Amino acid sequence: MTAEAIAPPVNSLAAPDRASQREITAEIGELHAALEQRERSGEAIPSTVIDFPAYRSSILRHPTKNLKLVDPETVELLSPAFGQRDVGAVESDLTIQHAGEPLGERLTVRGRLTDSWGRPVPNQLIEIWQANSAGRYIHQRDQHPAPLDPNFTGAGRAITDDAGEYAFTTIKPGPYPWKNHVNAWRPAHIHFSVFGSSFTQRLVTQMYFPGDPLFALDPIFNTIWRQKDRDALIGVYDHDLTSEEWATGYRFDIVVDGPDATWFENEGE
Amino acid sequence: MTVPPRTHRATPGQTVGPFFAYGVEFDRMHQVVDPYAPGAVLLGGTIRDGAGAPVPDAFVEIFGADSDGRVPQARGAFRRDDHTFTGFGRAFTNEDGRYEFFTRNPGAPIGRAAFFAAIVYARGLPDRLHTRIYLPDDSAALAADTFLSSLVPEERATLVATRTPEGHLSHDISLQGERETVFLAF
Repeated sequence: MTAEAIAPPVNSLAAPDRASQREITAEIGELHAALEQRERSGEAIPSTVIDFPAYRSSILRHPTKNLKLVDPETVELLSPAFGQRDVGAVESDLTIQHAGEPLGERLTVRGRLTDSWGRPVPNQLIEIWQANSAGRYIHQRDQHPAPLDPNFTGAGRAITDDAGEYAFTTIKPGPYPWKNHVNAWRPAHIHFSVFGSSFTQRLVTQMYFPGDPLFALDPIFNTIWRQKDRDALIGVYDHDLTSEEWATGYRFDIVVDGPDATWFENEGE
Repeated sequence: MTVPPRTHRATPGQTVGPFFAYGVEFDRMHQVVDPYAPGAVLLGGTIRDGAGAPVPDAFVEIFGADSDGRVPQARGAFRRDDHTFTGFGRAFTNEDGRYEFFTRNPGAPIGRAAFFAAIVYARGLPDRLHTRIYLPDDSAALAADTFLSSLVPEERATLVATRTPEGHLSHDISLQGERETVFLAF
C-alpha cells in the first residue's frame, strides 16, 4: 500500500469546508425541495436518502448507482436467531451498570416491534447506544469538553417478548456537538439497531425527543426528507409509562419493512 | 395467496454515526466459527470510499448458510457457545479499512450459487446497504444465477469473492466510484 493510500487518522472528523449553520440549513431546504419535485414527477424515493451532501461525510461514502432489485433467497428471508439467553435481563437497564447512579433525567423507553402488516416481531434483538446526560459519548474519539459520567456507559440490549414489546431504562441523552459544520449540534438521540424476522428487515435508526429545537438544523435527521417519516423517529411522551418519583416514559414503536416474501415467511408461525 | 396491503409505514433508517463500537460489539463477534476449527475460512477485505481511501469506521454483518446449505435457525447468534453454528457475524473495519471473519463456506441447493448475505454500515452512510458475497468456486452455478446474469461483468465482479491460494476468501467493498459494489434492494 502506498503512503497516499493510507487514510489520515480519524481523530478529527471535521468537514474541510467549515460551512455555517445558515448555509447548511439552506442546503437542507434546497435538497428537500428538489426531492419533493422529483417525487412529484413520479420518481420513487426512499424514506432515507443516501445522497445528502449537507451531511458532509456522506459525500464520498454513498453509492451513486441505483440499488439493484433482487428476489430474496432463503438466507435473506430468515434472520439470525436470538433468544432470551443471548441477553441478560439487566442489560436493558443502562442505569445499573456501575456502582452508582448516573446523572440525568431517568427514562423508560418502551415500544413494540412489528412488521409492515402490524404483526409483532418476537424474540428479536434490539441494541441501543447513546451519549450521557451531558452529551458526551464514552467512545475515545469523542473528546469534546463535556464530562464523562463514571456511572454511565450508554449501551444496552433487549430481546422483544412474545408481543414484540421491548423496554429500556436509561437517562435522557444531551445534545451532542459535532464537526459537520461550524457550531453543529445534533438533537438528543438514542441509536437503535433492530433485527426483524428476515435479514432484509434489518434496521439501524435513531430515536429523538419531542420538541427538540435542533431538528431543523440537523443534516442527519433531515436525510429523512419527508416530515411524516421524521415524525416517526420522535418518541411519544406517555404519562401512563411515567412512574411516580422514578422515571418519565416515552413510547417508540418500530416497524421493520421487508419485501412481499416476508409476509409469507411469517404466516402461520 | 396474495400479499395484503401494508398497514404500517416502515420506520426509516439512520446512520450508525461514529460511535457505534461500544454499542454493538459482542464477544468474538467476527468468529462465526473458531479460527482453528477444521473447515474454517477467513473472509476479509477492505472497504473504500469514492476517493479510494479505506473506511476505518464501518462495520459489516454476514449471515450465511451452513456448508450443507441449510440456513441456521439455532438460538444464540449473539452468545458464542463454541458448538452452535449460527451463521451470523459482525466485524468492524480497522484503521486500514479492513474487516475479517472466520466462518464456513456456505452451501447452496444443487445448481445454485452460494453466497453470504451481507450488510454494510458506516459513519457517513445515511442508511445501511445490503449486498451479497458470492463464493467464486462453482463457475457453472455462478453463470446460471439469474440475478448475476442480469448484471454487466464489471458489476458482477463486485459481488464475487476471490479464493486465495490458502483457501481463504478475499472481498473488497467500494461504497462509491469506478468499482462501486452492487448494493441491493429487495
